[in-house]
Amino acid sequence: MYRSLFPRDIFAEFDRLQRDMSGVFDYSPSIRGFGRGGYPALNVGSTPTSVEIYAFAPGIDPAKVEINLDRGVLTIDGERKATLPAGDEKTTLHLNERFEGRFRRVVSLPDDIDPNAVSADYRDGVLHVSVKRRESAQPRRIEVQ
Amino acid sequence: MNTVTPNIQNTQTSGVREETAAARQEAALLPPVDVVEDPTGITLYADLPGVPKDKLDLRVEGDQLNVEAELALPVPQGMTPSHAEVSRARYRRAFTLSKELDPEKVSAELSQGVLRVRIPKAEHAQPRKISVQVH
Repeated sequence: MYRSLFPRDIFAEFDRLQRDMSGVFDYSPSIRGFGRGGYPALNVGSTPTSVEIYAFAPGIDPAKVEINLDRGVLTIDGERKATLPAGDEKTTLHLNERFEGRFRRVVSLPDDIDPNAVSADYRDGVLHVSVKRRESAQPRRIEVQ
Repeated sequence: MNTVTPNIQNTQTSGVREETAAARQEAALLPPVDVVEDPTGITLYADLPGVPKDKLDLRVEGDQLNVEAELALPVPQGMTPSHAEVSRARYRRAFTLSKELDPEKVSAELSQGVLRVRIPKAEHAQPRKISVQVH
């Protein structure tokens, strides 16, 4: 059970409430933590011919991102450098919510993808990876003779 | 889940105070921000991935700094989403500026989904060193 250092602190109480609630609703989170959230946030969608992955990774150097596809598992690896000036005496950090540091996210893709037809681009802080499906797996209309 | 506790406490002493009781017309995502203060002003960084320059609406109204932005992702036709962590197409966040900040001189730039806003302090609020006279 989480215990606050200052028990009369209302914000700490909210924090404790939040932890207790998440305990009620989620008995056993995955060993790799919660499946959602984290950096970058991921959206995945599919079309009949491809699988589209959008990683919301603002402010990274796209040249330093590693995207690997190994046996149907797509891994996005990279680092986000701190934009904040190194702490000196004259600056004060009032809010610090943005992610910094190394990140890695893993997506398992459907079986019918073609590992040789992957393309990726980075625009407005969104990394878009498009993986084509294999020709043979695409829906076909069958003519009745 | 991330805790926002220390931030709420901090903002009471900082120059930028987050608006909490504002009427929220439409559900929007709350972009994460960093706020740094130095002797000459305040710099705010906000993560707005997927927002092109023309979809960003940054305005100062009275003592309020409003950030509103729309996501514009080029999505292929006929795509069905199967997993969405970014489930809304709009970002919104507002801050109350304190008196010593100069709302006339706000400057901003948006680069690769990161918004950087610089709010300088007014001339009269710049730090001055007061020399002590010794007699």
